[in-house]
Amino acid sequence: MAYSEKVIEHYDNPRNVGSLNKGDDDVGTGIVGAPACGDVMKLQIKVEDGVIKDAKFKTYGCGSAIASSSLVTEWVKGMSIEEAGSIKNSQIAEELALPPVKIHCSVLAEDAIKAAIKDYQEKNGQADGQAQ
Amino acid sequence: MSVQTPVYFDYAATCPVDQRVVDKMLPFFTKAFGNSASRTHAFGWEAEEAVENAREEIAKTIGGDPKEVTWTSGATESNNLAIKGVAEYLAEKGNHIITVNTEHKAVLDTCKFLERRGVDVTYLEVDKGGLITPQQVADAITDKTVLVSVMHGNNETGVVMPLAEIGKVCREHKVLFHTDATQTFGKIPIDVEAMNIDLMSISAHKIYGPKGVGALYVRRRKPRVRLAAQIHGGGHERGNRSGTLAVQNIAGFGEAARIAREDMAEDMKRIGELRDYMKSELTGSIEHVILNGHPEHMLPGHLNLSFAYIEGESLLMALKDVALSSGSACTSASLEPSYVLRAMGLNDELAHSSLRMTIGRMTTKDEIDFVVGLLRTHVARLREMSPLWEMVQEGIDLDSIQWAHH
Repeated sequence: MAYSEKVIEHYDNPRNVGSLNKGDDDVGTGIVGAPACGDVMKLQIKVEDGVIKDAKFKTYGCGSAIASSSLVTEWVKGMSIEEAGSIKNSQIAEELALPPVKIHCSVLAEDAIKAAIKDYQEKNGQADGQAQ
Repeated sequence: MSVQTPVYFDYAATCPVDQRVVDKMLPFFTKAFGNSASRTHAFGWEAEEAVENAREEIAKTIGGDPKEVTWTSGATESNNLAIKGVAEYLAEKGNHIITVNTEHKAVLDTCKFLERRGVDVTYLEVDKGGLITPQQVADAITDKTVLVSVMHGNNETGVVMPLAEIGKVCREHKVLFHTDATQTFGKIPIDVEAMNIDLMSISAHKIYGPKGVGALYVRRRKPRVRLAAQIHGGGHERGNRSGTLAVQNIAGFGEAARIAREDMAEDMKRIGELRDYMKSELTGSIEHVILNGHPEHMLPGHLNLSFAYIEGESLLMALKDVALSSGSACTSASLEPSYVLRAMGLNDELAHSSLRMTIGRMTTKDEIDFVVGLLRTHVARLREMSPLWEMVQEGIDLDSIQWAHH
């Protein structure tokens, strides 16, 4: 399978690989996917005054899944929670020029950021403040 | 260490054509271009002679008679002809076929096709090492069974089935025995008499011959095997398979078989040692590596490993200077991980993490060292990036997690 240059670039130089302390109140953690399906994404955000100050990821999956999560961590830094929650998988797929069989990787990245926001909000007593 | 990239580690998929084979083929494109079925002139006779010489080389390699070799376009066609041909010819006698769930798709899909036409098919299940037992075959045979089809060496794992023992069971029960020997022909010894093989599919391009030619061994005596032809026309190949013969390919196939037969002992030893070296280098330096195969009954050139907690395609991407294949879903159109590895009891996750490395006549130790070095580096890098690896390091049991399947 031929990969787009952007996927290869993110795969070779992934941004923000790592972990934040999931026990911290200002950290939201989202883990989506399943090993049996061939992809698991862990995406974490560190929030200050409603703004995402830092983001980290770890991904088990194909090159497109790694690139999708790398790209999302780059995007969400500096975004408000609302902005980050409104990122659509189609934007990710478009930016990385993902072929149809890899669209699910961008869906997973969107789910991961939403899950991280939800976790942060639940920790901080904002359980009903939904992510968009 | 001098290694020219890309490095080829996919010999089970296909091989470069041996220069001696090319030299053998060339005259038949331009000078000796006759149709081997032309009986009235020298052009035809010359082509026929080449075809018959090649037939003899194939027969010699498997301990059969040249008259028992039917040329085809490749092993896929041979499998189709053997299975459909027997099922059709013996339809009055019975409608039951026995095969194995790790067969190549050319066998499995042919069986599925026949099932839609009313044939009953039993798919025997392999054990963790990829083997079936002769007893499983014996237990599955009924008075309606007309054919048992068991592959010799598995294309994904290199596991070698106990053909002689299975052949014995088939002969005792008077059931025809077909084997898909695409991966083993010319690589390890095959004897159609000692193994009681009645039909056997083989291919040229896996043994440094050209693509586009194969053969079906069809036993002529004790018992005489008869087939219903699947391609009709001029009645070539004793009516088994019509169509003008690809003389240059056949001449190349014969030469490739001759070389394979003469070099077999040496190739087996050298390639087997290289594979064992690669296996010990990898399993000795990287933890959580699982061998997908059998500890003993293996083809010399196959090494199929799962690198736990890393998805296979992402590893392939890191090995962009190496040609190999993965059992990961992502490399196939179906999005399902390897059915062969799953049939051996491997879970989906480890099937997704598998790499098939197959080496051959041209592989060097330097190339192996190069690939081992790349794997060491990138397995470590990708594990650092893997949330599963992190969880395992934290002592979390991955099976205890309620994963959200999508």
